[in-house]
Amino acid sequence: MASTDATPRTVAPAPSAPGRRPARRSRRRGSRAVAIAFLLPALAVNLLVIGGPGASSFFYALTDWDGFTTPSFTGLENVTRLVADSNFWNAISHNAIYLLTFITVPMAMGLGAAFMLSRIRRGTAPLRVIYFVPYLFASVVTAQVWKNLLSPSSGIASALNKIGITALDDVFFFGDTRLALFSVMAVDVWQFWGFLVVLFLAAMQGIDQSRFEAARIDGANAWHEFWHIALPGIRPTLTFAFMIISLWSLLTFNFVFVLTGGGPAGSSDVVALLVNRVAFEQLQAGYATAIALAMSFLGALLLVIFHFIRRGEEEGL
Amino acid sequence: MSALASTDRGTTAVPRASGGLRRTPLSYTVLGLVAAYSLVPVLMLVFNSLKSDLELGRNPLGPPQNPRLENFTEAWVQGSLGRGMLNSAIIVLGTVVGVWICAGLAAYALARLDVPFKGGIATYLFLVISLPVQIFLVPLFFLWSRLGLTDTLQGLIIIYVAINTPFATLLLRSFLVAIPKEIDEAARIDGANELQTAVRVVLPLARPGFLTVGIVVGLAAYNELLFAVTFISEPSTLPIATAYLNFSQGFTQQYGLLNAAGVIMVVPVLVMFVLMQKKFISGLAAGGVKG
Repeated sequence: MASTDATPRTVAPAPSAPGRRPARRSRRRGSRAVAIAFLLPALAVNLLVIGGPGASSFFYALTDWDGFTTPSFTGLENVTRLVADSNFWNAISHNAIYLLTFITVPMAMGLGAAFMLSRIRRGTAPLRVIYFVPYLFASVVTAQVWKNLLSPSSGIASALNKIGITALDDVFFFGDTRLALFSVMAVDVWQFWGFLVVLFLAAMQGIDQSRFEAARIDGANAWHEFWHIALPGIRPTLTFAFMIISLWSLLTFNFVFVLTGGGPAGSSDVVALLVNRVAFEQLQAGYATAIALAMSFLGALLLVIFHFIRRGEEEGL
Repeated sequence: MSALASTDRGTTAVPRASGGLRRTPLSYTVLGLVAAYSLVPVLMLVFNSLKSDLELGRNPLGPPQNPRLENFTEAWVQGSLGRGMLNSAIIVLGTVVGVWICAGLAAYALARLDVPFKGGIATYLFLVISLPVQIFLVPLFFLWSRLGLTDTLQGLIIIYVAINTPFATLLLRSFLVAIPKEIDEAARIDGANELQTAVRVVLPLARPGFLTVGIVVGLAAYNELLFAVTFISEPSTLPIATAYLNFSQGFTQQYGLLNAAGVIMVVPVLVMFVLMQKKFISGLAAGGVKG
């Protein structure tokens, strides 16, 4: 604090309003430049990484760009190709399954656990920590743990062998077209759901306790308290959770990439993997950009939907 | 859910007292089972990190009978984890400091200064936080390769700074608007210029906000995978996550070493978590990130 040690004026008396006016106006003009200077580092990095390349996507999506040579404009060719591309529909259908699974399974688990945690007398804090720990794991490590556990030749299968059960010996959780996607989602749920517990518990603890007491006096059971008080009481948080889960489901990459690579035979492929493959293995950067944009439009659509839901909530309150 | 509904059959008669007591055992049972679901795989990781591959075959799930600590040194060497850890430390530090500078200044401008199109900027930040990274990923990759930034740590750091700054800006702004304006007025009257006011007077008061940002951003940079695998393939610049991935793909049979490497990767995060548990939980809930 170089400016304050020179004089004892640190605690300045409030200056009188009339005397300050002219000074303030002249400062205003300069202050706009200062404000922009403060925004500059963030703005520069943003334009370089997100804004510029993001905007150029809208151009590249309409070209036959390979990433290196000069692209030539191909109009809507990429769009018609996308509509007819079975790989795209295959991948996006898995994103849809991901979305539906994640807005139900971890959601129900998170809500249930958070509600019970909010009602017990002792142990809330340590249990919350236990549920949260997997969320801190790097997905590469989580993937490895579950690969070991679910491998036909080690982990659970081989432990069951010791007691004479061989049922899991030829179940390839990540190598069977019928199981791969669900196995990947199960691993993802294990890592992620504790985040929802923390989110919902914090919201539920903010509900006025007297509402629960009043309901109890009226003869409400636990289910009633959950359904009629706890859930409505955390509605904004619920909407937020639905929103981020939906958006994340469109983006999901890590566990599919590490556990199955989208296979076998595309049975667990998702759009984020498809984009990477088309762009960086097949070097069809223009088409990959078109796929990515289609996905971003879906994300934007979800955002708009949730925006209206939230506005409806605010008006309803 | 049905467990919940059935927990307090009969509690209606004496609502409060028995309500609390009767519900508790069932809740604890369910919560305990769920805790096991969360913890057992973590425990498996630790157990198996101490077993030789021979013992793993004999004893796949139980605690290790003769703990083999060499797994850790062998994994460290064979997986090039030292290099990965160093790279990740540089990436995490660079990202956190970069975000602090960019987001701190931007948040100060939005909270305190006369910024044109303030509402538009806030909307843009929100959009950037929400929209898929795929919207810029492909052009960015080829831009980076033209600029010679692929396979470099600084290339990855710049990307992470850009991705995390929007959220950090909005978070820090919410901390800054809570700091009374009289404080910076006083500094200005004392002759401090705007940068001095921001960096020496106001921003230090938002230290909890910076700590939260540091935790969220640091963890995200440490665990990040999509950009790491896409932008870095040169072994000497691999961060720990992709170094681990390469290790696991090269040595699929050495489960003991892989688990040891996993423990090595997770321990720094868990130590930080234990030290700053409350901050971690509130911060990650505020800035939710998911792989």
